[in-house]
Amino acid sequence: MQFYGTPLPGVENEDYPGKLIVVEGTDGVGRSTHIALLRTWLESRGHAVLDTGMTRSVLAGRGIKDAKTGTTLGRLTMQLFYATDFVDRLENEMLPALRAGFVVLTDRYIYSAIARAEVRGIDPAWIRSIYGMALVPDAVFYLRINTAQQLVQRLLTSGRGFDYWESGMDLSLGEDLYDSFIEYQTRMLKVFDRLTGEYGFQVLNASRSVRSVANDLKRAVMKVLDEPVPAEDNVSLMPPPRDKAPTKPATNLLDLNKKALP
Amino acid sequence: MISYGQHQFPGKLFVVEGTDGSGKSTQLALLYQWLKAEGYPVFFSEWNSSPLVKDTTKRAKKRHLLTPATFSLLHATDFADRTERDIIPPLKAGAIVLADRYIYTAFARDVARGVDRNWVRKVYSFAIKPTMAFFFRAPLNIAIDRIVSGRPTLKYYEAGMDIGWSDDPEESFTMFQGKILEEYDRMVSEFGLTVIDASRSIERQQREMRMLIGPHLNKQKRARSN
Repeated sequence: MQFYGTPLPGVENEDYPGKLIVVEGTDGVGRSTHIALLRTWLESRGHAVLDTGMTRSVLAGRGIKDAKTGTTLGRLTMQLFYATDFVDRLENEMLPALRAGFVVLTDRYIYSAIARAEVRGIDPAWIRSIYGMALVPDAVFYLRINTAQQLVQRLLTSGRGFDYWESGMDLSLGEDLYDSFIEYQTRMLKVFDRLTGEYGFQVLNASRSVRSVANDLKRAVMKVLDEPVPAEDNVSLMPPPRDKAPTKPATNLLDLNKKALP
Repeated sequence: MISYGQHQFPGKLFVVEGTDGSGKSTQLALLYQWLKAEGYPVFFSEWNSSPLVKDTTKRAKKRHLLTPATFSLLHATDFADRTERDIIPPLKAGAIVLADRYIYTAFARDVARGVDRNWVRKVYSFAIKPTMAFFFRAPLNIAIDRIVSGRPTLKYYEAGMDIGWSDDPEESFTMFQGKILEEYDRMVSEFGLTVIDASRSIERQQREMRMLIGPHLNKQKRARSN
């Protein structure tokens, strides 16, 4: 058990059998889709899974949602409300599950909170010291997309449309939701790139198909769980081994043709 | 983000601190009346009063959802909202703000609950440094008598029952308040708190407060037009 900074009060520093796996990424990159896929897959393999995500705490989830319906939520207040939500889930969901040997999948972790704070001009040292209470996860998978325009495409195809907070409207960055969204998400992507090195994210190119991202994620998760990727999964996960490659018969055919030519 | 002690506002911020039952709220109310009567623009800000956080806190306390860490963070959230909403704007406008409990309450209670002393100070580092912070120091037995005799039952968190020191509310309360008082005493020099002897008469304490505050008011604009 390792914390980023000042540990949670009253927590014994013991090892736990579970694994803490984080899926990070900006709004609309497909985090929840991949968590749902991972969860089903892990459960089918016999792992107990807990999935959690921002604003889902019993303590503060509702309060944050209520606060976000208005526009009077100040920048500092917002950070601390999110931190309250995070620590409640850490203490009451994640830690107990890790102690019980669960695989904990979390949709975002402290990094999204840190990125949002930094984009809002909050002191980086301050926000990091608050989240010092966070456990260092076993792996952080960052679903990366290149540009905010790509996110817009995803928003349009999903039919979700633009959200006030996902567009950073509280920052007055643009005339309307679209302009603001592009500017806000561009800034978020920049901060995430910086956090990638700081926190050792494993980066996955999220602009590919759901299927290929999911396959990469599965392989990476197997590694975290110290499990060999079994044969039946190899078929769908990896390119076929060379000696059994489907191109081989073709080569043989060509050889046969060559032989038949003269 | 501007840190504690670095803000430059034309307004003045006076806060009262002390254990439950030390009489600080009474003193602040009297001060408020006086400043108002003198014609100063004066605002009042209470602990646990953020409209955004109130419902969450109320529910959490009722259902015993809080741990030392979330107790600390939720109160910091409430305080941040008060700072952004009720404290900074009037101070910028040159008004007087009176706060019933301030960051020192959090430092005392959270540390008594086992939260790291430096961590909680860092969390609140965005707070405005008060012009003066009064610490109403009452001997422990007096404070405890005032609370215990004034209420039918002690509240769960108020009595520190969540820490699990004792199953008896009164015993737990006494232990918790003792630890809080220790933390306050430690903060007197750390933050330059002005100690008021809360065992003296109400009138005498009020006279002392007004005398101490007076010199800070010279430059304050009075709202009264004549």
